[in-house]
Amino acid sequence: MKKNVLKTRWGKWWVIGAPYLWLMLMLMIPFLYLLSVSISEMVQGGGYLPIYRDGGWFFKDNYTPILDDVIKGGTYRSAYLSSIYYAGVTALLCLLIGYPFAYFMARAPQEKQPTLLLFVMLPFWVSMLIRVYAIKVLFNDSGIIATTLSGSLKAMGLITEDLHLMNNSFSLLFGMVYVYIPFMILPLYSTLSKIDVRYWEAAADLGSTPLKTFFLVTVPLSKAGIIAGMLLVFIPCVGEYVIPQLLGGADTLMIGRVLAGEYFQNNDWPLASALAISIIVLVVVPMMFLNKYQDAAQGEIK
Amino acid sequence: MAEHIPSADNDAPYLSIQNVVKKFGDHAAVNNVSIDIAKGEIFALLGSSGCGKSTLLRMLAGFELPTSGKILLKGEDISKIPPYERPINMMFQSYALFPHLNVWDNIAFGLRREKIAKAEIAQRVDDVLKLTQLTKFAKRKPHQLSGGQQQRVALARSLVKQPNLLLLDEPLGALDKKLREETQIELVNIIEKVGVTCVMVTHDQEEAMTMASRIAVMSNGQLLQVGSPSEVYETPRTEFVADFIGNVNLFKGGEIVVDEPTRAEIQTEDALHILPRGMAGEKGMKYSVAIRPEKMELSKTAPNQRGNQCQGEVTEVIYFGSDTIYHVRLNGTGRVLKVQYENSERYAGERFTWGDQVYVFWPPTAIVPVAPSY
Repeated sequence: MKKNVLKTRWGKWWVIGAPYLWLMLMLMIPFLYLLSVSISEMVQGGGYLPIYRDGGWFFKDNYTPILDDVIKGGTYRSAYLSSIYYAGVTALLCLLIGYPFAYFMARAPQEKQPTLLLFVMLPFWVSMLIRVYAIKVLFNDSGIIATTLSGSLKAMGLITEDLHLMNNSFSLLFGMVYVYIPFMILPLYSTLSKIDVRYWEAAADLGSTPLKTFFLVTVPLSKAGIIAGMLLVFIPCVGEYVIPQLLGGADTLMIGRVLAGEYFQNNDWPLASALAISIIVLVVVPMMFLNKYQDAAQGEIK
Repeated sequence: MAEHIPSADNDAPYLSIQNVVKKFGDHAAVNNVSIDIAKGEIFALLGSSGCGKSTLLRMLAGFELPTSGKILLKGEDISKIPPYERPINMMFQSYALFPHLNVWDNIAFGLRREKIAKAEIAQRVDDVLKLTQLTKFAKRKPHQLSGGQQQRVALARSLVKQPNLLLLDEPLGALDKKLREETQIELVNIIEKVGVTCVMVTHDQEEAMTMASRIAVMSNGQLLQVGSPSEVYETPRTEFVADFIGNVNLFKGGEIVVDEPTRAEIQTEDALHILPRGMAGEKGMKYSVAIRPEKMELSKTAPNQRGNQCQGEVTEVIYFGSDTIYHVRLNGTGRVLKVQYENSERYAGERFTWGDQVYVFWPPTAIVPVAPSY
């Protein structure tokens, strides 16, 4: 008997402990490391001085310059603002495109839904880098899409000069929406497919046209999915580096690129780390409030 | 409950279902159903699951289109009108109350879809809240209500639009037994107060009997018998109907052996059934006999009558408090008859006991000849 009790206790600890251990190793320790770098002194040519050395603690405030810049309206502020702007627009576009998609998936015949779901996840089978490069090739001034589009629009007399699809906000948003849309569709699909058909029937029965039913019943009931999808797209987009780097232009500066610049061009690791921590604070703190609100709302619906 | 006899005979029927067929692939869920329903009736479609009753109801609501046939409401064919344009409201099985809206908004939902002034909406919602005794729950969300309260909200929501036809889909199915009995009466009182014509679907024969003014027993997409609750109970026309509504003892495989204008006799394996009237059949016709358990009696000595009796052994005594049911295994065929006694006196349930040799007998009026099912 006693042995059994011990066994279950160990089992329980293991089940609860394993994820915590993972989070500790993969999230908390790197985060603390980053935090320590962000308050250390830089070394010319790359690297940093440890904050504990020669038997004493040495700190450097790398946050004040960032704050100053943000207050005065320098590069960091515009990079932060444009990051939030592009991430926000991406999330909205994903919602606009993803919602109808998820809706029809959820209402498709039961046996077809796994196939549709597979189509949504299919892009994951190809590395994101390759997909982004493909967009680059297609949208290039000499790429097939740009030339065909320019040619036909010119022939119709709508434009006189060649279209430029690459390295501007269009290509940037196209790339981000393309890469992140599955993260919007999946949570939306999961909430939409759980909505009882009888709510739609009840709305129709009470005289609501299909359009009215959509906005008065379907959208409110899928609120949790909308919020989850928006967060899943918005958060990684704020700090996105690869897509702005490959598809963005000079006028689409995002914080990820600025940060990379600080690391690799200016070799200022501590300042770059401070920028990274700032992004986390910028994104995570509002999200925590949102989550709290969402939990309250969820409790109400249940 | 079923005192109000519909006045269907004066003019055209209020709701007329004409030759309605609904096929899903090859399977006919509703197979050529025709029925007229009068204004103010509470009409119950009764059947086991999969008999097509829900499909028929959904065609009335507009969620399914009939494959063929017509549905006329006040003389107008509504079978192709979309549900949101029909003057018909439905109370859904397990209610389908909108979880994101409170009681008041749930009830006002339907009114807001029409061009009705705000003040009138408020007035009508408040009226129906009063009618269903929900006024103090107006601001609650559905999940904060008990099952019975949710049921009343669903009723209020479907009544507030003053529909020409009210549909009830298993109206009490989600309630427990005790609450169901109270709610049945309450529900009928409200429906009668409003005076709305009502079609309900249920698999619970008790629910249908207590609430409806007329019952249609449905099986395999067809109406087997339509009539008042007492008609369907006391004179079932087929074995299926007799068996479906209440308890019954079926003497199967009988044959008419005597058929005179004032007297008929049906011989089954276990007994000779003697009726004091002629039958609409001829000698040699196959008939089964249905007899309700409460119309049979037991005796230890042979009853002084010809026919209408058989002999057996008491194998079970089932005591329900208000009644006792005796199972009697017949000596001849080993079939088991159920005989129900009302315990109008205390400890009356101990009349007979296990192993007693008894005679089962019944009055000629208890005999219901039914068409055999094949």
